[in-house]
Amino acid sequence: MLTTIRVNGVDHDVDVDPRTSLLDLLREGLDLKGTKKGCDHGQCGACTVLVNGVRINACLSLAVMHDGDAVVTVEGLASGELLHPVQQAFLTEDAFQCGYCTPGQICSAVGLLAEVAAGQPSEATADLDGPVTLTDAEIRERMSGNICRCSAYPQILAAVRRAAGAAA
Amino acid sequence: MKPFAFERARDVDHALSLAAVSPGARFLAGGTNLLDLMKLEIEQPPRLIDVGRLPLADIAETAGGGLRIGALATNTAVASDPKVRSRYPALARAILAGGSVQLRNKATVGGNLMQRTRCPYFMDAAKPCNKRLPGSGCSAMDGLSSTLALFGASEMCIAVSPSDMSVALAAFDAVAETVRADGSVQRRSVETLHRLPGEAPQVDTDLAPDELILAVELPPPPEGGQAWRKVRARASYTGALASVAVAGDRVALGAVAARPWRARAAEAALADGASPAEAAAAELASAEGEDGRKALVRRLAADVIRQAREGVGS
Ligand SMILES: Cc1cc2nc3c(=O)[nH]c(=O)nc-3n(C[C@H](O)[C@H](O)[C@H](O)COP(=O)(O)OP(=O)(O)OC[C@H]3O[C@@H](n4cnc5c(N)ncnc54)[C@H](O)[C@@H]3O)c2cc1C
Ligand code: SF4
Ligand code: FES
Ligand code: FES
Repeated sequence: MLTTIRVNGVDHDVDVDPRTSLLDLLREGLDLKGTKKGCDHGQCGACTVLVNGVRINACLSLAVMHDGDAVVTVEGLASGELLHPVQQAFLTEDAFQCGYCTPGQICSAVGLLAEVAAGQPSEATADLDGPVTLTDAEIRERMSGNICRCSAYPQILAAVRRAAGAAA
Repeated sequence: MKPFAFERARDVDHALSLAAVSPGARFLAGGTNLLDLMKLEIEQPPRLIDVGRLPLADIAETAGGGLRIGALATNTAVASDPKVRSRYPALARAILAGGSVQLRNKATVGGNLMQRTRCPYFMDAAKPCNKRLPGSGCSAMDGLSSTLALFGASEMCIAVSPSDMSVALAAFDAVAETVRADGSVQRRSVETLHRLPGEAPQVDTDLAPDELILAVELPPPPEGGQAWRKVRARASYTGALASVAVAGDRVALGAVAARPWRARAAEAALADGASPAEAAAAELASAEGEDGRKALVRRLAADVIRQAREGVGS
């Protein structure tokens, strides 16, 4: 099925089997192996990408559902040699071990910053009517859709805190 | 995944007419439940009708002072909506307790209502399951029992609805508005949208295959406090062991039945002046299941009713 999809700023016209997940299109069709496949069932967050600026699990979406959409993967975050502030924060805080979950963590954190800027609440938000303050509890809850089997959570928390400071 | 035909609906009529002529076809909204089950080949629809871009995502006040939420509003959009946050905080809280942000960004109101059980044996195609394969037996009867029904189950199936959102919707007396290809519009209470399993656990709801949910409507929030709580095996990103939503004098229990369970016995007891603990005990008197699980739900219900009264729950 013919589908036009913009990935990291480049338009691709692809002919895909409707069964192809967005994740498989990115990794196998477009050879963008940065986005990882962990569980393939929405349970780990390794496949997190941004679609029209919003983070989703690419494993639970079909490529054909994204005709006309703009997707950003971890490969699309840096500007040339200049890393995205979230990528830089993950390096500075040493926020990974094996690195398998890291592209998903980074895309997730980029989405998180936009959500906080838009004032979207989370389960950790005490006052639903008030503004959102990005406490550690808020970061942990908002990043809970990304599992790290190396358990680099303290450093991931620090990296997101650092990136949020840079963004503020 | 089995092959299927994919069609994007141009408008509601197109979606309905496709559904009416395609036996076994399914509507596709966010896909976070349907595609998961299709990968496991537990669902094998020959055709998917993508309704994801239909203009059914508005959240607007109704003339009667309530709220109408389009079926394609994402879970994130509903929980972030200022009207929901200020007037129906228990609903915002219930939604925010479900899945992860990534899932909620994709999941829709209609899909959340219609999602299938997450009974581990239903999701394991190698295990007998009357819901998946009628007559094959129920593996859960002698299996892991942490998330089994306490109310309304049958010998055939003891699975629970995993939807957190619908528990709060039931406490708000929400109604789902649907439409079929012949133009008929129906209003179905969210509380009873899902059938109890009885002899036919393979049938989740009374909706016809060509019946599309357009919106849910909430009446004005009732007088009194609201509260929500979900208990689960880890701090976030997992399904409920049990949940409770309270809105005014209405109480709904989650993950204890095949549908969100309105605790009518507890509500009646409260109306007669019972304490929260007495009201919770009155509801649990008719529960069937493990004592530990009953005790958990009884304590949780009493706590959340108390919180709603003290106005500290939302
Ligand atoms: C790892 C994981 C954890 C989760 N944890 C939770 C949790 O803690 N709490 C919770 O509540 N949920 C949880 N979920 C489930 C999630 O909330 C649902 O998958 C989601 O709400 C489904 O919405 P959707 O739009 O993606 O539905 P889809 O997958 O698109 O559709 C689901 C079903 O609804 C039907 N449907 C969709 N829209 C309509 C409509 N308008 N009219 C009629 N039928 C329709 C479809 O045909 C399909 O049968 C979890 C899911 C995953 C994968
Ligand atoms: S409880 Fe229901 S869904 Fe679970 S195994 Fe038994 S029949 Fe299947
Ligand atoms: S690979 Fe998508 S959530 Fe695990
Ligand atoms: S760094 Fe190894 S899984 Fe997270």
